[in-house]
Amino acid sequence: MKQLVIISGKGGTGKTIITASIAVLAQNKVMADCDVDAANLYLLLHPDIQETHSFSGGKKARINDAECTQCGECIDICRFNAISEDKDGLIRIDPVSCEGCAVCHYICPSKAIDLEDSISGEWFVSKTKYGPFVHARLGIGEENSGKLVAEVRKKAKDIADADNRDFVIIDGPPGIGCPVISSLSGTDLALVVTEPTVSGIHDMERVIQMTRHFKTQATCCINKYDINPQNSDQIERWCAENSVPFLGRVPFDETVTKSMVQGIPLIEYTNNSVSEAIKDIWKNCCTLLQG
Amino acid sequence: MIISVASGKGGTGKTTVAVNLALSLDGHHPVQFLDCDVEEPNAHFFLKPRILQSEPVFLPVPEIAEDRCNFCGTCAEICAYNAIAVLKDSVLVFPELCHGCGGCSLLCPEQAIKEKGKRIGVLEFGDAQHIPFLHGKLDIGEAMSPPLIRAEKKHINRTRTVIIDAPPGTSCPVIEAVKGSDAALLVTEPTPFGFNDLKLAVETLRELSLPFGVVINRSDIGDRQVQDYCSKENIPVLMTIPMDRNIAVAYSKGLTIVETQPSYREKFLKLFAGVEKLVQ
Repeated sequence: MKQLVIISGKGGTGKTIITASIAVLAQNKVMADCDVDAANLYLLLHPDIQETHSFSGGKKARINDAECTQCGECIDICRFNAISEDKDGLIRIDPVSCEGCAVCHYICPSKAIDLEDSISGEWFVSKTKYGPFVHARLGIGEENSGKLVAEVRKKAKDIADADNRDFVIIDGPPGIGCPVISSLSGTDLALVVTEPTVSGIHDMERVIQMTRHFKTQATCCINKYDINPQNSDQIERWCAENSVPFLGRVPFDETVTKSMVQGIPLIEYTNNSVSEAIKDIWKNCCTLLQG
Repeated sequence: MIISVASGKGGTGKTTVAVNLALSLDGHHPVQFLDCDVEEPNAHFFLKPRILQSEPVFLPVPEIAEDRCNFCGTCAEICAYNAIAVLKDSVLVFPELCHGCGGCSLLCPEQAIKEKGKRIGVLEFGDAQHIPFLHGKLDIGEAMSPPLIRAEKKHINRTRTVIIDAPPGTSCPVIEAVKGSDAALLVTEPTPFGFNDLKLAVETLRELSLPFGVVINRSDIGDRQVQDYCSKENIPVLMTIPMDRNIAVAYSKGLTIVETQPSYREKFLKLFAGVEKLVQ
């Protein structure tokens, strides 16, 4: 069984559009949406949810006003600026800023602060017409998206192992931080989807450096390559110079947005130069995954 | 006034709006620009600041003085992030899991833990003509951007109109970037993905009790769900930018809208007036 993650560094380059088409093309696979902050793949795969699990990523401090003497020691000790005094002189903990370190709980002389589990998301196991799909929804403003990603990844891999599936296809989040690292770790190949813009190029270079840091093979393709063909050439050259296999160029086309509006993976929606390019990219991915 | 430019979905045009707003205000208001998308900062491609100074940012992580340590295990017990493990005669520290809360050094009964700085990224200060510019860059391989964003925001100059380019998403890095602002702009596009992520971003800003308005980019593609939702929820749509291949091509080269189509300056000033109205 092989795991492929689709990432980009920069947001909005077309990760999910390409992932959904790969979900159609790949046989005998499990899909996972690891962009738990702003999950979109479900809008194209139309999951029929079979299991819902709550996720507790951490704890939050809560103050017991009856015990609190307003000494203010917790305010000074909190490194996350989560504790303050309100206009009535009561101590308040901002749950959005609290990172659950519990230092306030340990140092409070009146033992007025407790830590509570915070339910910070849900994850789902679903059926789709394309196969099993594991996805999630992180609570608003929550910590520990990396931990929720790890749960989604684990479940997807368990299903793939139990059903003898050939692939786990993972839609990753933008950026290079905690949830991206968690989406990447232990995968066999990272497909980086970039765009031929100065931002796209810069972010692709950073995300590929990150894959190197974690010793995962990266490969690259360009979406909307014809917005700037010179920049596309530059990306291809950079890939050649840095031994990153380059898998293909996808043209800009209005059918992409139309397919999204219809909620259909592009490759099922239409047969055009975009779908042909994605088919080639998937074929090249398979060669790399089998090699 | 501090204005954050955010969005749930990536690639909707946050940086475009933030940069063009800053350039349009320049000459009318003193502006300061902070790129808080420290994982993938891009605003410098468009504002082209001269970087004058850089400053590494460190996260305090524990360092164990093993000669003082009696392996009691208190630090491992209290660490909420599993960043310390105490074995029979040694202590293992996992700095990549540490949030820098300082609990272990504070609570060690033997005072055997000191904190040392672990570099997580760098702040770069410069100026883009009249606009003081600052961005953070997370080091490759580092997982945690919020402490870097926190360090960056210490340099906010409240005497200016501060424009913050926030990271995408709705989780901790976004909260860290946006909180403390006077108002936020949510940049979206009228597609099912844009709409889905806009609703999440709206929930986030409501949680933070921040006044906000919406900018719809590429406003003539997709469907009507975003517009309908905004009018139903009484969310002001402060600006729409139509799909324009010229804007996309200029963006790809690092050129701003107001450089290539100066008539947009007025539209961005109107956007700013809309934000001012939100705050009043």
